[in-house]
Amino acid sequence: MSVLIELREVGKTFANGTQALAGMSLAVAEGEFVSLLGPSGCGKSTVLRMIAGLAAPSSGEIVGAGAGKGARDLGFVFQEPTLMPWATVRDNVLLPLRLQGVAPAGAGPRVKQALALVGLEKFGRSYPRELSGGMKMRVSIARALVTRPKLLLMDEPFAALDEMTRMKLNDDLLRLWREHGLTVVFVTHSVYESVYLSSRVVVMAARPGRVVAEETIDPTTGAPYLRDAEFRLLPEYAAACRRVSRALQGDAAEART
Amino acid sequence: MTPLPKWVNIVVPLLIAALALAAWEAVVRVREIPPYVIPAPSLVLRTLISDWPTLWPALLVTLKITVLSLLLAVAGGVLLAFLFSLSPWIELSLVPFAVILQVTPIIAIAPLIIIYAPNTLSALLICAWIVAFFPILSNTTVGLRSADRNLQDLFALYGATRWQRLRYLLAPSALPYFLAGLKIAGGLSLIGTVVAEYAAGTSGQESGLAYRILEASFRLNVPRMFAALLLVAATGIVIYFAFNWLSHALLHKWHESELDAGR
Repeated sequence: MSVLIELREVGKTFANGTQALAGMSLAVAEGEFVSLLGPSGCGKSTVLRMIAGLAAPSSGEIVGAGAGKGARDLGFVFQEPTLMPWATVRDNVLLPLRLQGVAPAGAGPRVKQALALVGLEKFGRSYPRELSGGMKMRVSIARALVTRPKLLLMDEPFAALDEMTRMKLNDDLLRLWREHGLTVVFVTHSVYESVYLSSRVVVMAARPGRVVAEETIDPTTGAPYLRDAEFRLLPEYAAACRRVSRALQGDAAEART
Repeated sequence: MTPLPKWVNIVVPLLIAALALAAWEAVVRVREIPPYVIPAPSLVLRTLISDWPTLWPALLVTLKITVLSLLLAVAGGVLLAFLFSLSPWIELSLVPFAVILQVTPIIAIAPLIIIYAPNTLSALLICAWIVAFFPILSNTTVGLRSADRNLQDLFALYGATRWQRLRYLLAPSALPYFLAGLKIAGGLSLIGTVVAEYAAGTSGQESGLAYRILEASFRLNVPRMFAALLLVAATGIVIYFAFNWLSHALLHKWHESELDAGR
């Protein structure tokens, strides 16, 4: 598999002197589902923003992604649904195509398709405030997918949702990832979520942000990638959660000393 | 507490107003107060009808200046706010002027404007414009700045042009703020017009309601003063309700301030 994005010794220092990230290296291959897991302030969101080209690294380099012209290959989902409240669901999903100058004739069917992917084809005319939190997040995902990107960047997208909605959206996301051959970089602070979703978990530490451990989650090597309610009960799942937790706590213990 | 039924909202204020008018009428009649001190409401109404040939053209003049100055205030305020959003340099250079114009009482500048303006109409327009334009400018400026950060990022991500950002993000974000400014500016443009008319004190064809009030006061024609005042107040009320309606029509589908009750 070819490498889609690569961070080489990337550092980020903000204008106020805070060092958000120090010498971070990470390669994401095509088709991977990588979670960035860490405490708040470890710079995981900053990594995502830099991959998207919304922020520039202070040192090192990032290969293979960016905003602007190349954004066709990239979708971004924020922690909040970040919808335009004055626009209908359809117009919200249409936005990326509109900004990229796709003709309305071509855009219409693609918006419909994207809404169907997240099961909201009947809600095109609704306004965001008429939808539940989970539905708003689905619209946000549809908007990210409408340009048919290769790479999907997600910044704690389900953190504000209730447990039931969150599990449902986790499964939907995995289905989209598998069926569309997406590459996903997913930021979260939930150990369980990261293990359930990812093919690889990258554990980060704070002050300054860096990678402390990597965990490949594939319980039965070579077996088909199956993640469902059953998976949560497997001993392999529990073991992976324990390993990831320990990596995370190791960092916490280190921070206390 | 159970919410009041809808008809109460309309009937109660009307009833109280009718009672107040009746009390006024009664006091004037019982105490036999002469009309040059306080005219009874019935006399004011009769004067309104009998003096209509004088008052109607005056109302048109006042309306014309109010509406024109408001239009200019909207155009100027919005345009300037857009310029501010494009360049902090422009904002830095022009804000002091806007503030000075705003904080100096219009009644103090009006005589100067009347001296320098080429004709009375433009003098009146300038006065009313100065008063009305600031709320539009300051509200729209705040509105343009209040666009959601993440949405701004999203627009950057998809390589939006400046125009697209303005059209699809900044303008809709600023709309509720602009409309709030418009509600204030609507009333202020009328106030500015009235003040300017007083200061200008012109007679002839181009004299508005305020001038008619001034003129009637010189002649101690108090009923006509009240009749003209009634028209000024009615104009203000119409402006107020028109902009409330406009704001509701544009925002009720999505903005918190205008959400339909009991959704």
